[in-house]
Amino acid sequence: MEIYWYSIIAVVLGIFFVLDGYDFGVGIIHLFFAKKEKDKVVIAKSAGLFWDFNEVWLVAGGGILFMAFPTLYASAFSGFYLPLIIVLWLIIFRAISLEFRNKFDYQMWKDIWDKAFGISSLLLALFFGIALGNVVRGVNLGGVSNGISAYEAHYFFLPLWDSSFSPLSEHPGIIDWFTIIIGLISVVTLAIHGANWIILKTNSSVNDKLKTVVFKLTIVLAILTVFSLAIWQVVNPNSLNNFIDKPYLIIFPVIYFTGVIGLFFVKRFKKDIYSMLFSTLVILGGITSSLASLFPVILPSTNKVNNSLTIYNTSASQYGLSVALFWGIIGIIFLIVYVIVQYRFMKGKIDKMDYGH
Amino acid sequence: MDDMLFFDRLQFAFTITFHYIFPQLTMGLSLIIVYYKWRFLKTNVEKYNNAAKFFMKIFAINFTMGVVTGIPMEFQFGTNWAKFSELTGGIIGQTLAMEGLFSFFLESSFLVLFIFGEKLMGQKLHFLTGFLVFLGSWASGFLILATNAWMQHPVGYEILENGKYVLENFSALFKNPWLFPAFLHNQMASLVTSSFVVASIGAFYILRNKHVESGKLFLKTGVIFGFISSLLVAFPTGDWNSKNVVKYQPASFAAMEGIFHTEKGGAEIVLIGQPNMVGKKLDNKIAVPNVLSFLTYQNWDTEIAGMDQFKEEELPNNVPMLYYSYHIMVGLGTIFIGVMTLSLFFLYRKKLFNIKALLWFIMFLVPFPYIANLLGWYVAELGRQPYLVYGLLRTSAGVSPTVSSGNTLFTLLGFMGLYFLLGLLFLILVGKTINQGPRPTKI
Repeated sequence: MEIYWYSIIAVVLGIFFVLDGYDFGVGIIHLFFAKKEKDKVVIAKSAGLFWDFNEVWLVAGGGILFMAFPTLYASAFSGFYLPLIIVLWLIIFRAISLEFRNKFDYQMWKDIWDKAFGISSLLLALFFGIALGNVVRGVNLGGVSNGISAYEAHYFFLPLWDSSFSPLSEHPGIIDWFTIIIGLISVVTLAIHGANWIILKTNSSVNDKLKTVVFKLTIVLAILTVFSLAIWQVVNPNSLNNFIDKPYLIIFPVIYFTGVIGLFFVKRFKKDIYSMLFSTLVILGGITSSLASLFPVILPSTNKVNNSLTIYNTSASQYGLSVALFWGIIGIIFLIVYVIVQYRFMKGKIDKMDYGH
Repeated sequence: MDDMLFFDRLQFAFTITFHYIFPQLTMGLSLIIVYYKWRFLKTNVEKYNNAAKFFMKIFAINFTMGVVTGIPMEFQFGTNWAKFSELTGGIIGQTLAMEGLFSFFLESSFLVLFIFGEKLMGQKLHFLTGFLVFLGSWASGFLILATNAWMQHPVGYEILENGKYVLENFSALFKNPWLFPAFLHNQMASLVTSSFVVASIGAFYILRNKHVESGKLFLKTGVIFGFISSLLVAFPTGDWNSKNVVKYQPASFAAMEGIFHTEKGGAEIVLIGQPNMVGKKLDNKIAVPNVLSFLTYQNWDTEIAGMDQFKEEELPNNVPMLYYSYHIMVGLGTIFIGVMTLSLFFLYRKKLFNIKALLWFIMFLVPFPYIANLLGWYVAELGRQPYLVYGLLRTSAGVSPTVSSGNTLFTLLGFMGLYFLLGLLFLILVGKTINQGPRPTKI
């Protein structure tokens, strides 16, 4: 039963990062490459028309995590207190910059919200990567110092950073040189994904230039990936064990690398949708590989005193999980149908569509 | 530790208060939009369709604000109330996750279709999308109320040895005797807010002599819906709720009514007075003897327990705030019934549009249903204290064990700053939309 819910959450999170991921990426591209007013409007619109129903998946994912793994929800949300609240602020900021930009026709007003949209998108992409980095690195569960837990074994609290910025220190912070690298991977990946989305959905004047950008960023991504895999071994020496025990899990890294390799051919694709599909594979492969390397752990402990949090020691009761499976599956199917209908409804280039609300 | 609890509670109170400004309008307004759309289908008179689309614009702004301020609510269960989430997540997680999964997506998807798809879908389907937006927003309210009902009156649970509450009976969550009255009361109160908003925009247009035809329609609709809903808020739904409080949370009932001492031979109803917590009495009290006993038990002489019957640690820890919230809510509710009855009378006599003083009054009354709605929630939440889950889990036992008060204060200040900005932008945008007014469809 736990495995079902774990898979459901992985699916929901995966969909969330693929969908909201491109609109974070659109923001990053917007910040650096949108210069003409016409491009600014249409690029922002390619995120602005969709962000709210992409974020439905975040709300759904949060709710499901709360219901299925309450202990994990409690531990992780309180332990990552500051970054989570900062993410909330950024999400709010980004939403209002998209919704309010075109409400008044003053240049200064538009400039402010353009920058707000770009910067908040960039920081969100960075923070989500850093979050993933924290999960694979692990946290000091129980706040152990000199072998003694400071509080209950399944709680922790991380400051934003620790003066050493090292993932190997006894009390690592949220931001260290390892999580920063994962954060950068996330920024680069989502920038590629966003650029692909812009190429697919708009007729902006920078589309051709963006293909070159995607190509160059893919090189950066490949280098960062290799580099991160090397230090991954230092930070979490057990990360390959699962793949050795269960060789079929290799499928997930294969998905990731298929995506990366595919993206190198961005300029040769006849249809723009292909590069979008490959960046989707990168995102899904990256998330699933990270999860698979930890399974059944979801939050590793960096000390030897307290056990890691797994899907088994953080889940709700069996009865609750099985009742929820009924409405949960119906809900997810609804949600997927709704995404398909929604995207079909808004298919094609968006340049000519009315700007919403 | 006391600081910690205080800042956690303050942050939740602040963010939920700000959040609930928006859903209380959208829930009621969606019903009024459905009404307009239905009238248009029946009569094919263009003004109804324009009204529906105009209010959907207002709805959309409020909905966006509701979404962006709603996501922090979901997160805060984990960030600030981790212990509570850990212990009860297996139960309230059910209803909260259902809210996130079903109603939120119903609302947001069909809102987009309603706004973009009129020409594409034709009028009948357009009506249907409006109806589904309404359904989504009421389902959302229902599931949130189901969550809250469990905290007010826990049912269908089992307590494990490690102190966790686990679900024992799923359907019991929806058969909770607290749920149905609370839900209806909440929805009717939400309709009061929306009616006043619709009526006051109407009054504004008439007074300003701009969009007068729409103004008259809005005012008429607002007054009719407002009259019905403000009556229903008080009776029977408000009455059902206070009977639930007296039955399941008698200590809260004594505190909100301001009864310090149990009186033999029937309890009086307090109209005005200030709780004096040191002297254990109400200062400057004006009260009517025996009426509270009658309202509660339909019997003038039934004894009602006062606060002296309960131990200190069972009483809500902020009695004056609870007392004032309740009395101001009831007072405002009474004023709403009065104003709406009067307006309906003049509407029936076809004089309403010419009575300038009444129009001004309706227009300036618009913040007060918002206040009354929020105070209603304060009564529910302060009345539940000192518990998070009534009788089972104390509020002080629910906070996150590892988050320090300094961190919470930091995020509280951040939320205050950000929401101040958000509030300003909201007012500017709604003001602009109202100023533009309903426009005929461009074809």
